[in-house]
Amino acid sequence: MQHGRFLYGLQFAFTIAVCAFLVVPVVMSILAGLTVNYFVGLESGLTLRWVLEVWDGYRDTLFLSLGLALACLVLTLLLGVPLAYLLARSRGRLARAIEELLMLPVAVPGLATALGLIVAYGGLAGFRTSAAFILVGHVLFTLPFMVRSVLAVLSVIDLPTLEEGAASLGAGFAQRFRDIVLPNCRNGILAGALMVVTLSMGEFNMTWLLHTPFTKTLPVGLADAYASLRLEIGSAYTLIFFLLITPLLLALQALARPRRTVFAERDSSAENDS
Amino acid sequence: MMQAVPIYLENCAKTFTDGTRALEPVDLAIAAGETLVLLGPSGCGKTTTLRLIAGLEQPDAGGRVLFGGEDVTALPIEKRNVGMVFQSYALFPNMTVAENIAYGLRLRRQSAAEQRARVGEMLALMRIERLADRSIDQLSGGQRQRVALARALAVRPRALLLDEPLTALDAKLRDTLRFEIDSLLRELGITAIYVTHDQAEAMALGDRIVVMDHGRIAQVGAPRDIYQRPASRYVAEFIGTMNRLSGHAEGEVFRCPGGYVVWPELPATAREILFRPEDTRIAAEGEAASLRGTVSAAFFCGDHVRLFVDVGEERPLVLETPARREYRHGETVALAVERHGLMVL
Repeated sequence: MQHGRFLYGLQFAFTIAVCAFLVVPVVMSILAGLTVNYFVGLESGLTLRWVLEVWDGYRDTLFLSLGLALACLVLTLLLGVPLAYLLARSRGRLARAIEELLMLPVAVPGLATALGLIVAYGGLAGFRTSAAFILVGHVLFTLPFMVRSVLAVLSVIDLPTLEEGAASLGAGFAQRFRDIVLPNCRNGILAGALMVVTLSMGEFNMTWLLHTPFTKTLPVGLADAYASLRLEIGSAYTLIFFLLITPLLLALQALARPRRTVFAERDSSAENDS
Repeated sequence: MMQAVPIYLENCAKTFTDGTRALEPVDLAIAAGETLVLLGPSGCGKTTTLRLIAGLEQPDAGGRVLFGGEDVTALPIEKRNVGMVFQSYALFPNMTVAENIAYGLRLRRQSAAEQRARVGEMLALMRIERLADRSIDQLSGGQRQRVALARALAVRPRALLLDEPLTALDAKLRDTLRFEIDSLLRELGITAIYVTHDQAEAMALGDRIVVMDHGRIAQVGAPRDIYQRPASRYVAEFIGTMNRLSGHAEGEVFRCPGGYVVWPELPATAREILFRPEDTRIAAEGEAASLRGTVSAAFFCGDHVRLFVDVGEERPLVLETPARREYRHGETVALAVERHGLMVL
């Protein structure tokens, strides 16, 4: 009994220590972004000045990152879900090879991928200077995560038989895809979407090489701010990033989790349209 | 009542893209309202035959599938209007029980009222009304199979195709559902094709049984015919248990290592004779014991004992005898064979 309580205490202390290790820098950073002078400390007072300064100076990077993340999500959905479906349906060696090859952009350093893109397409000036150039890099990098998470869900259900069942009831390919395939890989799609949006929002390696002064994303701007401006501004920037990404992630996670309530919604909608 | 159609397979063979011949050219006529069982071990072509009828596979060139007078060979499954029940049930996990049953009706653009009425009817038919709003993962295996049947029948299919529907269930449930499916098929009068590897299931359900072997039809017939007059040793040994004695004929007497059997119709060339366990019995006292052997195993089954008697053959003879008396391993017993059960193949 005594022993058990000691162990529990130890685990508790360890957990707290790990949490503190992770949380303290975040809090410090947030505070740094809100203090008048970080080197004087909190006594110098709290201010929103830095946040507003970042907002004024770097607003565009923020919208660009959001836009890129959403565009990236749309593209990975359009490309990744059908690709995962095809990979799940075919058992050939080619399919397995594609599955492995798809992971390459994740394994290869982002800088290398970026260099490859620049060498191949850098000559196309209009393309090179547009945000689409960065988007291509982001899609390359995030597509495997979408495909993998959808594939993971598809491989645990007996998709071919489910489709045959639907077909026997009269469902053509489009109807099967809409009514059976998509709803059943919904959780994989949401998990993949979560990954894609976070990865795209935070991507720095590749973007740093791909960007131009007119296509700065949030992380690139952040590096800029840390390197050349006051620490308070960099921290305020981080704060804005947090404020932006946290609700986004929470919303996506909330969508992905509660299966039951979602079923209830489906029921009522089915009654409505029938 | 369902609209029952006859189904014809004409010269249907199936070769897969990797060159495997799953089915040799087969001709088969299934009468309207009949329950036909395709029986055989795995890889015998029974499932391929079912999938050809369903439209999940296309026969090789030259083969035709007809529903009544209509040639459906080129139609994919979604246009054939067949009900299909799978071994793994294939219920949609993203829909409730009622939604699963209504799915085919929804695709046929029936009104909400029509759908509700038909789903209610199906739920009542399968006696699963209280499961209507459950999700699939809340159902037991037996309940799933009932839902799968209800879903397949809801669309008033031209034929009901069942692919080993009971294999995933435990023995007791299998018995109950077998009985239910039998009454259901009889009540509905629907043309049904039932695939199984279980000969007991085949005999209980089938109006006729098609025994298949390596992509060929080994025999077609009523369960009783197939059991009592098997066309080949393959069929004889696949359906039920068959006892075998090897030896030679001497007039009306067949001589074998364990003794002799008298049979007036004995063909002079017979090298072996076959008979069922139920035509084999322990010789009565005072009866001329023509066969002698030693008990190699005795399984007590409550109402009877299943005896394995070694009579010097490759395999022991099997028989069932009342459990009144105990049999010990190694004990010598005298056996008699009923003449009407004897056959040569």
